[in-house]
Amino acid sequence: MMNTRQAGVAATLAGAGLALGGLALGALLMGRDKRRHEHPDSAPGYTARRGFGEYAVTGRSVTINKPRSEIFRFFRDFQNLPTFMENLEAVEPKGDGRNVWKIRGPLDRVFEVETEIVREEQDELIAWRSVDGSQIRTEGRLKLREAPGDRGTQVQLIIAYKPPAGEAGRLIAKLFQREPAVQARHDLKRLKMLLETGEIATSARRRDETRAAKQENH
Amino acid sequence: MRALTWHGTHDVRVETVDDPEIVNPRDAIIRVTSTAICGSDLHLYNGVIPGMQAGDILGHEFMGEVVETGSASTLRKGQRVVVPFPIACGACFFCNRQEFSCCDNSNPVEKQDATELLYGHAMAGIFGYSHLTGGYAGGQAEYVRVPFSDVGPLVVPDHLDDDRVLFLSDILPTGWMAADNAQIEPEDTVAVWGCGPVGLFAVQSALVMGAARVIAIDHHPRRLELARGLGAEVINFRESHVLEALMEMTGGLGVDCAIDAVGMEGHGFALDNMFDTLKQKVGVGADRAHVLREVILAVRKGGRVSVPGVYGGLADKFPTGAMMEKGLQIRTGQTHVHRYIKDLLARIEDGALDTTFLISHRLPLEEAAEGYRQFRDNQNEWTKVVLKTGHSVAGASARGEAGTAV
Repeated sequence: MMNTRQAGVAATLAGAGLALGGLALGALLMGRDKRRHEHPDSAPGYTARRGFGEYAVTGRSVTINKPRSEIFRFFRDFQNLPTFMENLEAVEPKGDGRNVWKIRGPLDRVFEVETEIVREEQDELIAWRSVDGSQIRTEGRLKLREAPGDRGTQVQLIIAYKPPAGEAGRLIAKLFQREPAVQARHDLKRLKMLLETGEIATSARRRDETRAAKQENH
Repeated sequence: MRALTWHGTHDVRVETVDDPEIVNPRDAIIRVTSTAICGSDLHLYNGVIPGMQAGDILGHEFMGEVVETGSASTLRKGQRVVVPFPIACGACFFCNRQEFSCCDNSNPVEKQDATELLYGHAMAGIFGYSHLTGGYAGGQAEYVRVPFSDVGPLVVPDHLDDDRVLFLSDILPTGWMAADNAQIEPEDTVAVWGCGPVGLFAVQSALVMGAARVIAIDHHPRRLELARGLGAEVINFRESHVLEALMEMTGGLGVDCAIDAVGMEGHGFALDNMFDTLKQKVGVGADRAHVLREVILAVRKGGRVSVPGVYGGLADKFPTGAMMEKGLQIRTGQTHVHRYIKDLLARIEDGALDTTFLISHRLPLEEAAEGYRQFRDNQNEWTKVVLKTGHSVAGASARGEAGTAV
């Protein structure tokens, strides 16, 4: 059985919008695997009704009323990510596109994952992956596309995850198939709020009642 | 501070709660001088809107004085403002299209899941109106935290007293947009279901927009008299068959525009309404849609339907056949208050619109619970309740003193 700590790590990684597993960012994330679809359509692969076998893939898009370059610049500086990724305490740059992600876990524990940028296209795409030898393996991809008319930029975050084998894997998969989707959606909406309005909406009536404050005081 | 809080169906209380603070840079704190009970507050009072939590502060029609501003607010302390009930960021796709009540950024992220599931898209934030629309504390209180205060609050001139401008926060623009959504053309006959505040303002607005005739429908004699006083013909649905009367009054053509200013809690003993009432009592999310059905049957072929009345869930026995076959246009939505209030303030100032006729009762905030009960149970006499906090514009009641307890 996977122990609680492992499950916690898995869940918090999901929370930071990352993905576990050594899956290469390839055809699986780009679109449909044609062998698996008799009649391929234009929908993103992660919306497929049929699963990806041993892979868990989730993705989410949001339209942000800002130019691509501005969103790219903000996201590319990974130190900005904790401002809208709720479970991320800090990201420390190590140079050469490497970063150490400090992820807030249960019971006040902080877990670290080192990632490297594996692909970068100016104002269009950033993909990252945990470095070899990481205890936890993660991948993620942010894709930017101009929205029609005056709608700004379509921002797509894709997360792929290959559960480790065995009983533990099944449990993590169960955790992941729901959580990463919810967290990716929430994180992207917070990013949108921050870039469009300069702040993240809260209905808290007092400063110590916001989610961020509660998390810090936890 | 003192505030009207919700504790369950037909259970609201004025309690002492913590004062609000500036939380985000664009916030302002408003010291409330006047606030009103809205017909849609009765949906909360009657427990038919999901997503309420014990202790929630109600109220989305309020105005007052700016007492504190965040670093990015454009308001100044001492300004007198009316606050629109939907919260809008002013920067998203929808705000740029003047569709402020569709704002993408005002409902906190973690509160968006419910309406995204229920409606396909998350709704904007609204003051004091359940956690589906953000869980924001409302204005039936001494102080309110107002987010995006550089976008929403409208500064009003001192020579217009509270009663003349308070309804800019919701019901006047809501009545106005109801008529606007009916796309009234000269010589049109417009029927308005419901002579509550929104219905009455829709009557008034339709006439200002050039409708030749307005027919108002209700069952409270006093409310029908108010509609008649504004220039409408009236139908009492307890006395007459509404569909038949409308057909006969329009020479068999039907009305050009039909406005449903009733929503999910329509009265009456029509068979479908009794079934819907039963469903609403046993389940969540069932709307009583009797009025909307009648509206769709009554409007002429190719006519225009406008729905300012609040619906929140699902309805069955919906006349999809009539809706499609008759070639209707249907426009709906929470009010884009920000779009209309400057123009409406000007119309109040030059005397073209008067809203004070509606107010039947003024109560101190402390008696708000009684106001809710009367507004619900005695709709004929209690047409609109305005609550006064005891703060005057130049009032010296210090914030700290007002809210030191718990």
